[in-house]
Amino acid sequence: MAKFTKKRGKAKPAISTASLPDIIFMLLFFFMVVTVLRDAELKVKVITPYATELIKLEEKSLVNYIYIGKPLKKYQDIYGTKPRMQLGDKFADVKDIPLFLEKHKIKVPENKRPRITSSLRVDGEVTMGIVQDVKTQLRKSGQLVINYSAKQRPD
Amino acid sequence: MAKKSVKDRMTNEINAGSMADIAFLLLIFFLVTTTIVEDKGIRVKLPPWSEEEPDITKLKTRNVYSVLVNAQNQLLVRGEPVDIRNLKEDAKEFISNPNKRDDLAEKPTKAIISLKNDRGTNYKTYLEVYNELKAAYNELWDELSMKKYNVHYSEDLPAAYRKAIKSEIPFVLSEAEPTNFGEE
Repeated sequence: MAKFTKKRGKAKPAISTASLPDIIFMLLFFFMVVTVLRDAELKVKVITPYATELIKLEEKSLVNYIYIGKPLKKYQDIYGTKPRMQLGDKFADVKDIPLFLEKHKIKVPENKRPRITSSLRVDGEVTMGIVQDVKTQLRKSGQLVINYSAKQRPD
Repeated sequence: MAKKSVKDRMTNEINAGSMADIAFLLLIFFLVTTTIVEDKGIRVKLPPWSEEEPDITKLKTRNVYSVLVNAQNQLLVRGEPVDIRNLKEDAKEFISNPNKRDDLAEKPTKAIISLKNDRGTNYKTYLEVYNELKAAYNELWDELSMKKYNVHYSEDLPAAYRKAIKSEIPFVLSEAEPTNFGEE
């Protein structure tokens, strides 16, 4: 018959940390998959206005962004202080919109194309003139679902 | 000095203890560089492009709720100046017409909101007005939803319910080509 032996004298075995890298890598891959790298550096000042009737934009890959606002201080020497539009990472004119939309569209699977949304991130101080021109161009290009980006009104 | 034999060296393993540190470094790098941007906004469906303007003069005046926003960001609703804080209640009364007044909409399905702004109007004011009008409809939808199904109206409601509600109170907002008086 075996006897129970006391283990008092023996040193405790260290907890194996061999699986620690795997755990960390798992975390790493999780973050790499869920986060989207910010693709464009803002060249215009955009502070979106407040609103209450907000809807969340679901699939980010189906959204293209149009920024409208005053150029930042460092670009004002070249582009002036009038509100300008930014598509992707550069200043653009209204006539560049169709190409921009098309470039985004080819990256989206065909069955999801009707759900493509254009998110207008417009500064609150901008006047409606340029916004109207953009809207007209979007209508002409057949991009009819748009989103006026806004923040939740705090109250 | 005793030298290690070749055999001894072969059995040595690469120390993987620092692997976790490397992975941590990468993890922190990704945590710092990525931004989780949550985008929220007011969804609008634009009408398809057509050369001619929609003609609202053919409609009965009682069914049209005209909202004008000028370059000074002032509001004119059905010919009278209105404070933006009262716009929502006013619009709600117009659409539902609870007291059956004969100068408000005949029924919600016939109500049309006509929004017109100037090229000099502030975008902020425009969005506020749009928000109030949308809020008026959302509240009416919510009231109807509570009455019919006893649930609050939201985007999570079954599509059939939403369709039924929207067929009773459709959201019709016509935007006219803006005027060009104000300074851009």
